[in-house]
Amino acid sequence: MNTVTTTLGADVTSASKFMQLAMAGLLGVFVVGFLGFSHMEVVHNAGHDYRHSLAFPCH
Amino acid sequence: MTLFRNVVFIAALAGLCAGIVLAALQSFATVPLILQAETFENAGEAAPHDHGTPAAGEQAAASHSHDHDEEGWAPADGFERFFYTAAANALSGIGFGLVLLAVSELSGGISSWRNGLFWGFAGFAVFTLAPGLGLPPELPAMPAADLASRQVWWVGTVIATAAGLWLIAFRKSLPLAALGVALIVLPHVIGAPQPESHDSPVPADLHHSFVVAVTITNLVFWLVLGAVAGMIRSRFLGQPALRGSFA
Repeated sequence: MNTVTTTLGADVTSASKFMQLAMAGLLGVFVVGFLGFSHMEVVHNAGHDYRHSLAFPCH
Repeated sequence: MTLFRNVVFIAALAGLCAGIVLAALQSFATVPLILQAETFENAGEAAPHDHGTPAAGEQAAASHSHDHDEEGWAPADGFERFFYTAAANALSGIGFGLVLLAVSELSGGISSWRNGLFWGFAGFAVFTLAPGLGLPPELPAMPAADLASRQVWWVGTVIATAAGLWLIAFRKSLPLAALGVALIVLPHVIGAPQPESHDSPVPADLHHSFVVAVTITNLVFWLVLGAVAGMIRSRFLGQPALRGSFA
C-alpha cells in the first residue's frame, strides 16, 4: 500500500495509520459478513427480512 | 489507537443514522412485499405447487427450506420481527460505515457531506448495484442456485467492483483505468450462479416491485451513510489530506 500513501504526504504515511484503518475495515467486514452471510439458523431467522431487503444471497 | 477509535466513532454515528433510516424505509417499502411473498411460500407448502417438471418442483421445494416453525427460534411476527430487522440494519450500517471510513481514509478522507454523497454512490454501486445485476434481490419462495456458490459470486463481485472503481478514481493512468473497467465487467462475464429453473409461485410484478424497492432503499442508505460521515468526519479527524480527487 506504499503506492497509496505516497500521494497523501509524508505526515500520514505511518504503518500505524494503515494498521488502524485495516483493523477498522476488517471489523466492518466481520460485522457485515456475520449479519449477511452466517449460516447459523438463529442469525438467519433474526435477520431474515434484513437479508432479503439488502439482497444478500439467502436460503 | 486514536485513529481507530475516531474511525469507529464516526462509523457508529453515521451507520446508526443510515441504518435507522433504512429500517424505516424498509418497513413500508420492502417488508410488506416479503410478507406477501411468504403467503405464496406457505401456500406452496400446504399444497405442493405443480411446476410442470418434477425437477423444478423439487428445486422450488428446496428453496422453501427456511420455514420458521420447523427450524428453531425465529422472532414472532409483528414488533419482535421488526425489532430484529431494525437492529440488523443499524448494526450493518455501522459495519458498512467502518468499511467506507477505512477505505476513504486510505484515499485521503471524505472532505464534506457532498464528497460523502459520491462515496455513498460508490458504496451503492459496489454493494447493491453490481451484485444485484447478477443476483437480483430475491423474495421468499423464489428458486435460487446453491447458496454457497451465490455467496462466493457476491463477494467476488463486490471485491472486483470496489477495486475497479478505486483504480478509476484514484490512479491517474489510462491503462489502470482500463483495468478498472475490466474488473467491473469481469464478474458479469463469468456470470452469477442461476437456478435450473426460474419457475416461481411469486408473481413477476411482485418481484419487480421488490427489486426496485430494494435498490432505491439501499441507494438512500448509502447516500445518508456517506453524507453523514462526510459531515462529522472533520470534527474528529481534522481536515482531509490534500490531493486531487474526483469530487
